[in-house]
Amino acid sequence: MSIDLSQFYEVFIEESFEGLDAMEAELLNLEPGDVDSEIINTIFRAAHSIKGGSGTFGFMAIADFTHVLETLLDQIRNGQRELESQHVDLLLKSVDCLRAMLVAIQNDEPQESELAVELKTQFQAILDGEQPTSPRIEESTEINDSSDTQSSSESQSVITIWQILFSPEPHLFKTGNEPLFLFEDLEDVGDITVRANLEKLPDLTHLSPEDSFIQWTITLETEGDVSEDKIKEVFEWVEDDAIIEISKKAQIEGLGDGIEEEAEPSTQQQTQLPTESPVEPETLDTAIIKDKPAGEAVKTTQVKSADKAEKPASTKSESGSIRVGTDKVDSLINMVGELVITQAMLNELGESDELDANKLAALREGLAQLSHNTRDLQESVMRIRMMPISFVFSRFPRLVRDISQKLDKQVELKLLGEQTELDKTVMEKISDPMVHLVRNSLDHGLETPDERAAAGKGKTGTVTLNAYHQGGNIVIEIIDDGRGLNTEKIKQKAIANGLIAETDDLSDDEINELIFQPGFSTADAVSDLSGRGVGMDVVKRNINALNGTVEVTSVPNVGSTFTIRLPLTLAILDGQLITVGKNVYIIPLVSIVESLQIDTRKVNTVGGGLEVLRLRDEYIPIMRLYDLFNHHDAQTELENGLLVVVESDNEKVGLLVDELLAQQQFVIKSLEANYKKVDGISGATILGDGSVSLIVDISGLIKLAGLKKAGKQGLDFDKPLSEAV
Amino acid sequence: MSLGNAPNLDLIDNVEDADAELVQYLTFMMAEEEYGIEILSVQEIRGWEPMTQIPNTPEYVKGVINLRGTVVPVIDLRLRFQLPKIDYSDITVVVIVKVRIAGSEKIMGIVVDAVSDVYSLEQQAVSGAPHIGDVENKEFIEGLINVNDKMVVLLDLKKVLDI
Repeated sequence: MSIDLSQFYEVFIEESFEGLDAMEAELLNLEPGDVDSEIINTIFRAAHSIKGGSGTFGFMAIADFTHVLETLLDQIRNGQRELESQHVDLLLKSVDCLRAMLVAIQNDEPQESELAVELKTQFQAILDGEQPTSPRIEESTEINDSSDTQSSSESQSVITIWQILFSPEPHLFKTGNEPLFLFEDLEDVGDITVRANLEKLPDLTHLSPEDSFIQWTITLETEGDVSEDKIKEVFEWVEDDAIIEISKKAQIEGLGDGIEEEAEPSTQQQTQLPTESPVEPETLDTAIIKDKPAGEAVKTTQVKSADKAEKPASTKSESGSIRVGTDKVDSLINMVGELVITQAMLNELGESDELDANKLAALREGLAQLSHNTRDLQESVMRIRMMPISFVFSRFPRLVRDISQKLDKQVELKLLGEQTELDKTVMEKISDPMVHLVRNSLDHGLETPDERAAAGKGKTGTVTLNAYHQGGNIVIEIIDDGRGLNTEKIKQKAIANGLIAETDDLSDDEINELIFQPGFSTADAVSDLSGRGVGMDVVKRNINALNGTVEVTSVPNVGSTFTIRLPLTLAILDGQLITVGKNVYIIPLVSIVESLQIDTRKVNTVGGGLEVLRLRDEYIPIMRLYDLFNHHDAQTELENGLLVVVESDNEKVGLLVDELLAQQQFVIKSLEANYKKVDGISGATILGDGSVSLIVDISGLIKLAGLKKAGKQGLDFDKPLSEAV
Repeated sequence: MSLGNAPNLDLIDNVEDADAELVQYLTFMMAEEEYGIEILSVQEIRGWEPMTQIPNTPEYVKGVINLRGTVVPVIDLRLRFQLPKIDYSDITVVVIVKVRIAGSEKIMGIVVDAVSDVYSLEQQAVSGAPHIGDVENKEFIEGLINVNDKMVVLLDLKKVLDI
C-alpha cells in the first residue's frame, strides 16, 4: 500500500522555509574564526531536518544538495575545519538555492537547477580541497561518529559487510513511512540484499492491510570508509517506530584479501586497518577507540536525531498561514463558550410570551454580557493577527550584507523596536516597499568608505530601521547617515523631466518629495540595485494603498530619513460619531485630542479669512466641516457648534461639527472597492441601523482644506501658523 | 415591469436554432427612451432608498448604500447623461450591476426611471449595431438596435460607470 504523501508537502515546505529562515539568521550571526558551536548546531539541525524531510518525500535533488552542505557543516561542527567567510557566503547562497528549489516544488517545476549544481561543485571543491590535518580527521571522524566524510583514497579498497535487522512496529505505515524508500536510500550507501521475514504475518482473515508485519534482514556491502552513523541516518525517521539493529559482519580488505569473519560483533577487536600506511601506535589507538561504538551496535541503536520538536518560531512572511500560540486559541474557545451560554440565555428570554420587569432586567443584563463577549472575542481575534515587525526586519541583515558586499561599502544595520506589533496583512504588504527603501539608502544614500573618510565620517555607514507606535499608527523609519539627497540635482532632473518649471519656487522638502514621482531617478548609472527610475513611485503607491504615507527628510552630508506611517490594522477602528447637518460621520478616536464649545471671544481671523482659536498657548485653525464637505443643511454659527480638535502629522486643527454622538468600534469597509478614493474620507462603515457612514481622514482633510483655501483666497494653508498669525 | 414577455420580438423566431448566439438585455426607461444593458451584469433590482451622501463628488453620484454589508455607490443615470432630473418616486429603481473597471470588479447601483423589459437579441445583431455619429453621450453608447420598431440604446456600462 502507499500513502499519498503529497498531502504533507505543504507542511514540509512550510517547515523547510522556516528552517531556512533560521539557518539564514544564524549564518549571519556567525563570525569566521570564532565559532559558536550552538549556532553551528542550530544550522546543522535545520539543514538536517530539510534533508530528512526531502528524502522522505522523494525530493532527491534537495536531499542530495543538503547532504553536501551538511557534510561541510559537520566538519565545522567537529572542529575539523576552520570556518571561513567563504563558507558562510556559500552557505548563504545555498539557502537561497534551497528556497528556489522549494518554490519550484510548490509550482510543480523541476527542482534541479544550474545554481544547485554549481554550488554543489563549490562545496565539493572545498571538501576535496585542502585536507584538514590528517590525524585529526581520522580521530574526530571516528570518535565523534560524524555522519560521513569524503571517501579518502587510502581506504577505498575496504569493503565492509553490515547486517541490519529492521523490525518495524505494526503502526509504521501510519507514521507516513515506507520501508521501500528506506531501502532505496540504503542503496545509496552500498549494495544491499534484503530478505523479508514473514513469520509474523497473520493469515488473511486476521490481516490488517494498514499494519506492518514483516521484518527485514538487510545485508549491506559498503565500500570505503562508511561509518555506522551513515547507516543510522537512513533509519533516522523510523527509529521510534521500529527496532533497528545494525552490526558489522565482516570486512574485506583490498580485492584479493580474505574475509575476516566476526562471529560476535561485540567481540570484534580491530575492525579496520589502514592498508597503505604502516601501523603506528597512534593509528592503533585510533582503531581501538573506534571499536567502542561498533561494540554497542548490537543494542538497538539510538541515533541522536536532529531536534525535531525544536522548530524556530518564525513564519515566512508571505506564507498563507500564521502560527498562533495554543493559549491564544484556548482563550478564543473559552470566549466562544461564554458566547454560546449568553446566546442560550437570551434565547430563553426570547421564548417567553410576555416580558415583565424582571425579564426585561435579565434581558438587559444578557445584552450587556453579549456586548462584553463580542468585544473580548473581537480583541482576541485581532490579537491573533498582530505580529511583531521583526518578521519583516529579519530579512534585512542578509539583504544589507549582500548589497554592501556588492557595492563595496561598509554598513552597519541597526534594528530598533523589533517587537512593535502590527497586523499581518499590513506587514505582508509593507515588506517590499521597505526592501526598496533600504536598497536605495545603501545604493544612493551611503557613500563608499573613501568618500566617507573624505567627508570626515567613520568608514562604516549606518542604516537604522526603527519601528514604533504613534497614536493609531505604526511608524517605520529608515535612517541612513549618508550623503543625503542632492536637492539641486533632483531639481534639475525634475525640470528636465518637465515635472516642475524652472520658475517654480519650491522648498527643499518639496523638492525632495519629487523623488516619489514616476520615472524619477538621479542615479548617474543604472545599477542592478536601483536607479532604473521605477521604484520610489511604486513604493509610495503601495504605501498609499495601505492608507499609509511615506515622507523623506534629508540633510546634506548628514543623511536621509524615510518615514512610513501605517494604520495598525485595516479592519477595526475606534471612532466618534459626529453629525454635520443630517450627515453622520466618524472621526477616528485616536486622532481626537479634545472636543469643546467655542468661546467666540478667542477666535481671531487672520490673513485671508482663516479663523484660528486660541486654545491655551496654541492657535488652532478652525475648519468648518460643512464647508469642506459642501453640506448646506448644517448650522454655521461657531457658538452653536462644537469644535473637535484633531491631530495629524503633528498638526492640530479644529473641526467644526454640529453634534457629537456615540463612541464605538466600527468595522472598516472600503469605499474604494466599488468606488474610488474620496478626498478627506478614508473609508466607510455600517452603523447599527444598517445605514452607511463615512470615516473622516484627518490628514486628507487638512490637505483638502489647504486646496480649498488656496483655491479660494490664494492663501498657502500649509505655511506654519506662526508665520500667518 | 414585465420581465420575459419575449414572444412579441421578431428577433427570436428560432430560439432553438440560434440558442448559442443569443444575448439577453435588460432594458429600462429614462426620459421616454429605452436603454439596454447586458443582463449578465445585473445583480439585482431594488427600490429607491435614502442613501449616505459622499462629500465633494459629482452630482450624479447620489451616495452609498449598504448592500448586505458591502458599501455600494449609486449613480443617477439621468444626471450622468445630463438629462433633466426628476423627483424620485415609488417606481424609481436602482439596478445593481457588476462591472469590471480597470481590472477590478466593482458593484454599483444605477438609478433609472423604471425597468422595462428583457430582450433576447442575436449576438450578430448586437455587434453589428451601428455606431452613431456625433451625438451627446455617444461615448457611453455601444450601439442602437431596433426591437419591434422600437429603438433601444445599448449602453457600454464600463464607460458609463468609469467615474
